[in-house]
Amino acid sequence: MNKNINSPYNKKISVKSVLLEKAVKYFFMLNGYVTLFLILLIFIFLLNEAMHGLNTITLGEFFFHKHQSAVSSSYVYQWYPTSSEPRYSLVPLIIGSLLTAIPATIISSVFGIAIGIYLSEIANPKLREILKPFIELFSSIPTVVLGFLLLTIGITIIGDIFHPASRLNAFLASIGLSLIIIPTITTLTEDALRSIPNDIRLAAYSLGANKWQTITKIILPAAINGASASIILGLGRAIGETMIVLMATGNAGEITINIFKSVRTMTATIAAEMGEVSQSSPHYYALFFIGFSLFVITFILNLIADLIISKMKLHLKKYDI
Amino acid sequence: MTYNSSKILLTKNKSLKDYIKENFGIIILRMLTWIVVLIFLFIIVIIFYNGSDVITWRFLLNPPSGDPQKDGIGIAIIGTLAVSFLMILLAVPIGILSAIYIVEYAENDRLKKIIRISINNLAGVPSIVFGLFGLGFFVLVVGKNIDTALSTGLLFGKPSLLWASATLAILVLPTIIVSTMESLERIPAEQRNAAYGLGASKWQVIRKIVFPQARPGILTGVILAISRGAGEAAPVLFLGCAFFLPHLPLTYLNVGFFSIPIINPAEQFMFLAYNVFNLATQSPNPEITLPYQYGTVLILISLVLIFNITAVIFRYKFRKILDEVTTF
Repeated sequence: MNKNINSPYNKKISVKSVLLEKAVKYFFMLNGYVTLFLILLIFIFLLNEAMHGLNTITLGEFFFHKHQSAVSSSYVYQWYPTSSEPRYSLVPLIIGSLLTAIPATIISSVFGIAIGIYLSEIANPKLREILKPFIELFSSIPTVVLGFLLLTIGITIIGDIFHPASRLNAFLASIGLSLIIIPTITTLTEDALRSIPNDIRLAAYSLGANKWQTITKIILPAAINGASASIILGLGRAIGETMIVLMATGNAGEITINIFKSVRTMTATIAAEMGEVSQSSPHYYALFFIGFSLFVITFILNLIADLIISKMKLHLKKYDI
Repeated sequence: MTYNSSKILLTKNKSLKDYIKENFGIIILRMLTWIVVLIFLFIIVIIFYNGSDVITWRFLLNPPSGDPQKDGIGIAIIGTLAVSFLMILLAVPIGILSAIYIVEYAENDRLKKIIRISINNLAGVPSIVFGLFGLGFFVLVVGKNIDTALSTGLLFGKPSLLWASATLAILVLPTIIVSTMESLERIPAEQRNAAYGLGASKWQVIRKIVFPQARPGILTGVILAISRGAGEAAPVLFLGCAFFLPHLPLTYLNVGFFSIPIINPAEQFMFLAYNVFNLATQSPNPEITLPYQYGTVLILISLVLIFNITAVIFRYKFRKILDEVTTF
């Protein structure tokens, strides 16, 4: 029996090894598809449960219906799913999420971009080699630890300086959030700045520009896409972060635009209520609807950031001579 | 290379306004950087300063008893390690294998792109959403159906260590896949081509050329995944974390004559990160328990930082070796 087959290059290859190659390939392929399937499964499962939520509660109830407030006669948006007449308005939760995420993003963009510029353009290489890993290390600190520190130390500092309307408030949470986003923004900004070829800097210097002019007029405009992508990613992380807002915002379901008042975010609502909710109740599906919305929001933000970064890379290729 | 040459250029640049602007701007950037670095240092120092007093063997090994003076976090530490171990067991094989498929085998560029985008997005999904998925899918769909199929009563259809690990495994899957993909792509094409030229098959190239060199990089990703999983509290909030567990949930695995005690994956468990959350928000008298809270935080943060620093060192070495290989 002939155990060998001829390859196109006239070389004998044993059938066994050909079969092994095929088997290995399909084994890897299987795993690749399992991963893809898992991601699709998460999406479809969340979508399915969220649709149940939409059917039982309706879009109008989620976004538009106002209910009479318990304390005054005015009509307000309320999230109060456990009352005898459950209210499922997502408006206060969305505002709560934005009220914590946007200040956090603003604070951390200022710091993150400044550190990115400093590390990439100004700091000497030795200092950068130490500072960059140190700041990156901070993105790995468990968020529950930051939440704990906000409750033990942050609360007194913020209380002494700003005398907020409530001890636990959106501002306190956004301070904590900015600490976890600063490393993200720093890293991405620094990467974007460093990907700009040195020739451009040298050209600017040779035209008589000083360091500051080079940074503000040449380097930063060229890297602005990377910086904005990092800000978008930071915003996505701030909206999705759970433990810090759960611990530091106070979780009041009232609508407010005062940053020093207690708010309730989308993530904290899921975290606080999912444990007690009974399966297949409207409340259960409402929480899935929130989860699905978070999924979609972060998906879109990530996609935008992804597109910006790939566009920047394409743009930078033009400089490569 | 840095451009301190700007100092020389400044002498040519006569405008005083520009000179002031430059120095002022750089001082502000430097200040902002050091503010953040100092805040981060302050956080680490304060945790170590306040937490180190209560770290004793008793604190590390004892089970919780309700009395803070005699309390320990031994069960929480073991629980965290058990969850991380099971998580890695579930996530690493599938993560590494699918990364190899994407980098080495997938020929369809479009499919590759779709997988890449979806993995990147999976990495950005809020961790609480994974918790929601874990409870809704693993516990209430998979677990309940296993129970009905095997008629085991209520064994799998409840929040437990197994489902918490599975959920965290999905959470860290992107970390593992992305780092594996990166380290595979770093292996230079010349080496693959040289091996092909010597008559090696694809599988031989992967097994003998690519994988051994990419191993440190892959290990980096795995270690980072452990540190991420061990620190996440949000997804396990409603997946079987217990506030108070006086005994380890042991079960006995019978192998021949021996019966080996293992942690029962179908039971509740204690988790350091969850413990921190619970102590910080629901402690009946915070004044007495505060040092112990700092102690717990210190242990958690040390665990995470040790893993992370190891990963950073690994990555550094990996890149250095590859740089040596690639520069002929």
